[in-house]
Amino acid sequence: MYTFSNRLKIGAIVLMALGVVGMGVGFVTVPSTPEEARNMVAAHDDGHGDSHAEEGEHPAAASEHPAEDAGHAAASGHDAAHDEHLMHQLQNRPWSAVYVAAFFFFMIALGVLAFYAIQRAAQAGWSPLLFRVMEGITAYLVPGGIIMFVLLILSVMHFNHMFVWMDSEVVAEDALLQGKAGYLDPTFFLIRAAIFLGGWILYREVSRRLSLAQDEADDNRNFVKNFRWAAGFLVFYLVTESMMSWDWIMSIDPHWFSTLFGWYIFAGMMVSGITVIAIITIYLKSKGYLPDVNDSHIHDLAKFMFGFSIFWTYLWFSQFMLIWYANIPEEVTYFVTRIEDYNLPFFGMVAMNFVFPLLLLMNSDYKRINWFVVMAGIVILAGHYVDVFNMVMPGTVGDQWSIGIPEFGAVCFFAGIFILWVFRALTKVPLQPKRNPFIEESRHFHY
Amino acid sequence: MASKVIHAYYNDDDILMQAVKKVKTTKHHIEEVYCPFPVHGLDKAMGLAPTRIAITSFMYGCLGLIVAIVMMNYIMIEDWPQDIGGKPSFTYIQNMPAFVPIMFELTVFFAAHLMVITFYLRSRLWPFKKAENPDVRTTDDHFVMEIEVYSGDEKGLMTMLQESGAVEINQVEK
Repeated sequence: MYTFSNRLKIGAIVLMALGVVGMGVGFVTVPSTPEEARNMVAAHDDGHGDSHAEEGEHPAAASEHPAEDAGHAAASGHDAAHDEHLMHQLQNRPWSAVYVAAFFFFMIALGVLAFYAIQRAAQAGWSPLLFRVMEGITAYLVPGGIIMFVLLILSVMHFNHMFVWMDSEVVAEDALLQGKAGYLDPTFFLIRAAIFLGGWILYREVSRRLSLAQDEADDNRNFVKNFRWAAGFLVFYLVTESMMSWDWIMSIDPHWFSTLFGWYIFAGMMVSGITVIAIITIYLKSKGYLPDVNDSHIHDLAKFMFGFSIFWTYLWFSQFMLIWYANIPEEVTYFVTRIEDYNLPFFGMVAMNFVFPLLLLMNSDYKRINWFVVMAGIVILAGHYVDVFNMVMPGTVGDQWSIGIPEFGAVCFFAGIFILWVFRALTKVPLQPKRNPFIEESRHFHY
Repeated sequence: MASKVIHAYYNDDDILMQAVKKVKTTKHHIEEVYCPFPVHGLDKAMGLAPTRIAITSFMYGCLGLIVAIVMMNYIMIEDWPQDIGGKPSFTYIQNMPAFVPIMFELTVFFAAHLMVITFYLRSRLWPFKKAENPDVRTTDDHFVMEIEVYSGDEKGLMTMLQESGAVEINQVEK
């Protein structure tokens, strides 16, 4: 049995506390009137103009903004509509920061669940030793899913302006959104979200129950049932994951659409999920809780990290290159805003999610070295956070983005909940399944 | 190179593996093992050095990438930068997404083909090469371990091979 170390628990709680403070600062410093928004942005410009000392505090903001800020300063004749737009962007920032972090950690749990179901459906012989770790991570689906759902409800209730199609005044003036109103309907949106979350959590709970029952049973009935549930879940998951990506991410830019978007989200989800499995496995093994896990298991996980990193890049590039090549105005605006306003994060994430793992995890000896896998894993996770950031922020805060206190606060907060919940779930049952039919093979797995 | 070798025949890969390990402990030099199919772990048991072919493949891949970049840069950007359908051909980076499929394919092409050719060269395989196996049965159902013999230890080696489960032992002049 795993015991939750006090240091980790305190660390997670401290992270959560820091996160609450950071998010609170984000929500408090939001402008409430258009004039205030204009003044905030103007003050920001002055700050850059006369004191470089301040730049130390906001390195990301300082390095990213000068060009746009100069543009804003030059156009001093602001009209009211622009100010209001600016206010909405600034008001969206703390919400988007929370949304990005909430989705990022939720997507890790969901990616692990999909990976887990694939391992079960494929009857993989190497992974049963890691099933309890995966089940521990998927435990986060419940709190993470509830938080996501609450965020979506708050968006529907107009606490923020992240989803413009939820604003009936905007829809009234927008023929394109009227055309999509049949699908992008707030009530239908919430019903869909409830179905997705319900289905995923249902499978997680059923599979966990069957997995634990298998340990106590004297035949393999539970194992076979679990296999069937996994196969069924994968079908459900593929459909709902795709729709979820349209609903929760793509509808932030409701004028834009992309057919491989669901796959793209899926690839990011898988690679971050597998990375977290690897990191937590290495952590637990280093504490002596997984004595039978050997470096071949780590090697396999690292191979999956490597493979899915490349798969993610393949989809990222396919989406980008098709749109760049054809350059159809209604599609290409998506990338125009990202390349102009988010140049460093947009291309930086390709380096973090592709070049770095490609070069680091290519060597098969390196894939067996724990600290190497952890280091690559941290970069991959940071890269996929930036990926979600790049998908959400341009549609909600536009060029008013930065990675500062609200963003770090939200990441800390959700990292804290994630660690707390996942490791609490890990303490509940022995970390090694007892009588999975493949457990012997997994124990002697050697690559 | 000893002029005399012993060919020990086995008909089971597990027995072969045991025999290889045993011969290694007696410090005899195993010249070669002929198998009808790959025996997992045989190279480790024989103490063969790991292959470096993956490293060559990586370098060939880098070469392919460079070839693709230099080629496309010369043709599309430097030599004749035409406006083809509005694609920006001012610098390489501006038009790079269009070149990525070529860069990728040439990387894979070079990595794969040059690695295969390297493999052929290193293992001396070519179309009209004379087959080297000492006994035709080694391509079907027998394993042959070839051990160098130096004067004096023949008897002991023979009995040890006999005990290790060999189904046939021949002394061959080479």
